[in-house]
Amino acid sequence: MDKMTPVITQCIEQLPGLVNGNPQLVWRGRFLNTTFLIKIDSAPYYVTIKQGRIEEVQSGPALLRSWSFAVKASTQAWLKHWETFPEPGWHDIFSMAKTGQASIEGDLHPLMANLRYVKEVLAAPRAIIGG
Amino acid sequence: MQTKYTAEIEPIVGRYIHLHLGGRDNRVYYEESVLAENPTIPLVCLHTAGADGRQFRHLMTDEDVTRHFRVIAFDLPWHGKSLPPIGYHEEEYRLTTEGYVEAIMAFCRGLGLERPVIMGCSMGGRVVLELALHQSEELRAVIGLEASDYQEHWYDTEWLHRPDVHGGEVCSALISGLIAPQSPDEYRWETLWGYLSSGPGIFKGDLYFYREDSDYRDRSLRINTDRCPMFLLTGEYDFSCTPEDTERTGRSISGSEVTIMKKLGHFPMSENPAHFRSYLLPVLRKILRTT
Repeated sequence: MDKMTPVITQCIEQLPGLVNGNPQLVWRGRFLNTTFLIKIDSAPYYVTIKQGRIEEVQSGPALLRSWSFAVKASTQAWLKHWETFPEPGWHDIFSMAKTGQASIEGDLHPLMANLRYVKEVLAAPRAIIGG
Repeated sequence: MQTKYTAEIEPIVGRYIHLHLGGRDNRVYYEESVLAENPTIPLVCLHTAGADGRQFRHLMTDEDVTRHFRVIAFDLPWHGKSLPPIGYHEEEYRLTTEGYVEAIMAFCRGLGLERPVIMGCSMGGRVVLELALHQSEELRAVIGLEASDYQEHWYDTEWLHRPDVHGGEVCSALISGLIAPQSPDEYRWETLWGYLSSGPGIFKGDLYFYREDSDYRDRSLRINTDRCPMFLLTGEYDFSCTPEDTERTGRSISGSEVTIMKKLGHFPMSENPAHFRSYLLPVLRKILRTT
């Protein structure tokens, strides 16, 4: 896991640029204002969205930090998800949730009301990992 | 004087047929290929839940299919260009096994089709199991795409039809993950358009059949493939009806033939038609040869 950490860090650090640099993606999320949680192994990242733009990604844990919904998976699972052509089962967060490789928790309304947008945000690191 | 067309006209025609279903008149839209003059075997195609017959348009323009098969696809009532029956505004749409079979058989009989092959995808793939068991004397063969006698659920259908979430957007975004990542963008988004433009609550109503009224595990063992040959083809990226679901179903139906399709998902005929035909054509050739 340790040697994967720099790759994960790169993905998280570049996430705002990948999203905010895509005007169509920002437009699709224009009604979303929330903070959601991406958890990679035990490391939480709080992603704050304002009108479709990522305003901040804060590394945690942050005590008493609230979030609306969370998508949690292992480092290995996220890296598989972020391949250009993921293997069957790793290509979609709901597929990963069905097989127990990810969990989707919390208040799901902002997720489901903006599902295409959130799935595209979560898949954005494919531009970095590829493969 | 014959009209001279200056634009490309596809060899597909659409018409409306009136079917008496559930005690009511239903104006049902269907399309068929007119590419070949005298195809001998009707091939009736059943669309997925919440979509319509446009999913099969590529087969209708494929000469290797239409040479022998009369490719026909109809939109179930409430879907595509088929209207909902009169009074729809005071009811919740729910498809059942009984209603689905009634619609399929009324359509085939209404068109006077002689021993058609029925090919259905997803919920259409599920219902061909029921057809093979109880309607085999009227059928030549069945093809189940993304078909199983049962599968595990993977989300709460309450999200599909409610005022605070756009139904078309959420249905489309949910099922987008069922398309293989290798499928061309053009066809991925064409497939998703069917969901984006579906009527409110229709996908959810179809899933009533798929989830609540079609656990066929009790009847798979009774299907006789000598009377009605059965072919089951499932894409490796389908995590709704998984390859394991189809293989388990195939094991319980003696004589059925299972194929797991590489680099395809839940909508093989529409998400990657050029790739799908490499799996379908051998099946159609076998049906031609043996039935």
